[in-house]
Amino acid sequence: MDQLVFFINQVLISGAVLGSVYALGAIGITLIFGILRFAHFAHGDMMTMGAFIAFVLAGLLAAAGLSVPFLPTGFVVLPVALVITAAIALGIDKLFYAPLRKRGAKPVTLLIASIGVTMMIQGLIRLFFGVNTRSFFETEPKRIVRINTSWIGSGRDITFTQPELLMVILTIILVLVLHLFLSRTRLGKAMRAMSDNADLAQVSGINTALVVRVTWIIAGGLACCAGTMLALDVSLTPDLAFNIILPIFAAAIVGGLGQAYGAIAGGFLLGFAETLAVFDWSVLLRPLQPWLPFKVVSGLALVPTEYKLTVSFVILVIVLLARPTGIFKGAST
Amino acid sequence: MPLIELKDVVGGYGGAPILNGVNIAIETSDIGVIVGPNGAGKSTSLKAIFGLVKVSSGSIVFNGREIENSLPDKLVPQGLSFVPQEKNVFTSMTCEENLEMGAFIRRDDFSDTLAMVYDMFPPVKEKRHQKAGELSGGQRQMVAMGRALMSQPKLLLLDEPSAGLSPRYVIEIFETVVRINKAGVGILMVEQNARQALAFASKGFVLANGQNRFTGTGAELIADPEVAKSFLGG
Repeated sequence: MDQLVFFINQVLISGAVLGSVYALGAIGITLIFGILRFAHFAHGDMMTMGAFIAFVLAGLLAAAGLSVPFLPTGFVVLPVALVITAAIALGIDKLFYAPLRKRGAKPVTLLIASIGVTMMIQGLIRLFFGVNTRSFFETEPKRIVRINTSWIGSGRDITFTQPELLMVILTIILVLVLHLFLSRTRLGKAMRAMSDNADLAQVSGINTALVVRVTWIIAGGLACCAGTMLALDVSLTPDLAFNIILPIFAAAIVGGLGQAYGAIAGGFLLGFAETLAVFDWSVLLRPLQPWLPFKVVSGLALVPTEYKLTVSFVILVIVLLARPTGIFKGAST
Repeated sequence: MPLIELKDVVGGYGGAPILNGVNIAIETSDIGVIVGPNGAGKSTSLKAIFGLVKVSSGSIVFNGREIENSLPDKLVPQGLSFVPQEKNVFTSMTCEENLEMGAFIRRDDFSDTLAMVYDMFPPVKEKRHQKAGELSGGQRQMVAMGRALMSQPKLLLLDEPSAGLSPRYVIEIFETVVRINKAGVGILMVEQNARQALAFASKGFVLANGQNRFTGTGAELIADPEVAKSFLGG
């Protein structure tokens, strides 16, 4: 049973955490693609920026001597950080992307512009915060949750950190709220309509400029949540989410570009696939040795840990070969 | 004063003008039909009214207001609705959601209009929770027209509503157009099935090379030997 608990800790919990980050990031990318038809490369840096905003707010709160029992300060300030990040996302659109759209720029022009925004955000973060690794837990402890498993006959505990638990719960809540928004509200439906057929949405009298603003608010808000939760789980660096922007894109494409539910499915699929691929299967196989025809050697991971990110792309290629528009039949362009 | 009046409208997509002086005037009680050969500027005239084509000279007056080069989000609240020829439903959304999108500009309770549309198109009511992309061509056309009616327009612009439909559906669509008109909505439509459409049109406009060639009641145009010879296939 020790082995099973090890599997839960290494694969299920890590996969759920990684999947949450990928899903929250991929939803933003897929919504922006659906509405504005371009790949928003700067999305990872929007996540990082959100995390730094939360970091500053948490620092201010700590300096004022305020704290909330049982919850990390970085998590407590999240609603405020989310609003600020959404506002900055709106500002970035107004300053850089909207003028290009007005001139009828091609999607690839917008993509290149977003690479420029990536460099700008990273530069600004390094200018103000330097390149050091920072932690949200310099003044408070990172709580660890242990679940005793002796009742199933294991000597190990199921272990995860409090930020990991909060991240998964927050993701579930955000996904549910997003689902209700897209399926029940007038604006949410208008967003789906514009993503489905922008010309017809305009002809129907839908206020497309408003839909664009709502898209940036949602994408920016979710990016802030994903970035902050990721920084709470690991640590805060200026290239925090830039490092995972490619698997996030892969998750959005695997799910079907423009499909919010696809992005969620794609995010968790890739999250679990990566943790399953680097898991050392000899741990689970060794107890079964008497019944196996071969000798179980140690180090039976499908890929070494340093190649973890490639797993996403292998899955991307496989999915696109089988279903060229992604699991949820997204846009093909 | 007509519900809508186009006077010497010239316009196009930026290059050489496609419309070279189009004149159209219809009342609320009218069913206006625009016919003519391919490339005559039939669909372009509708798009010019709806702000989707640039008007460089001439005027378009709707309900007493000049509307040339206004965008759809300004025109729909004034009482104009447009059903494009192609891609005229949100395929990934249910029929009911399609209709709701037609009512986007309305902040009042539109359940009456929804019931009216369902009355007019029983197959749409039956399939209201089904995705519009799963429907047949004729049923999609009903969803598209229903969507356009949800904003309670004074004038409905239809771009070839019978295109690609089987003869049975063509008649059904034309009968529906008459019903919508009787309910107090002016109709201006472009049709490929010229003779059939002119038969129930109160006003007909024959365009060629972006200009009016003949204008009259539907019956007059059908009876005119020159129109019949050149535009209605003899």
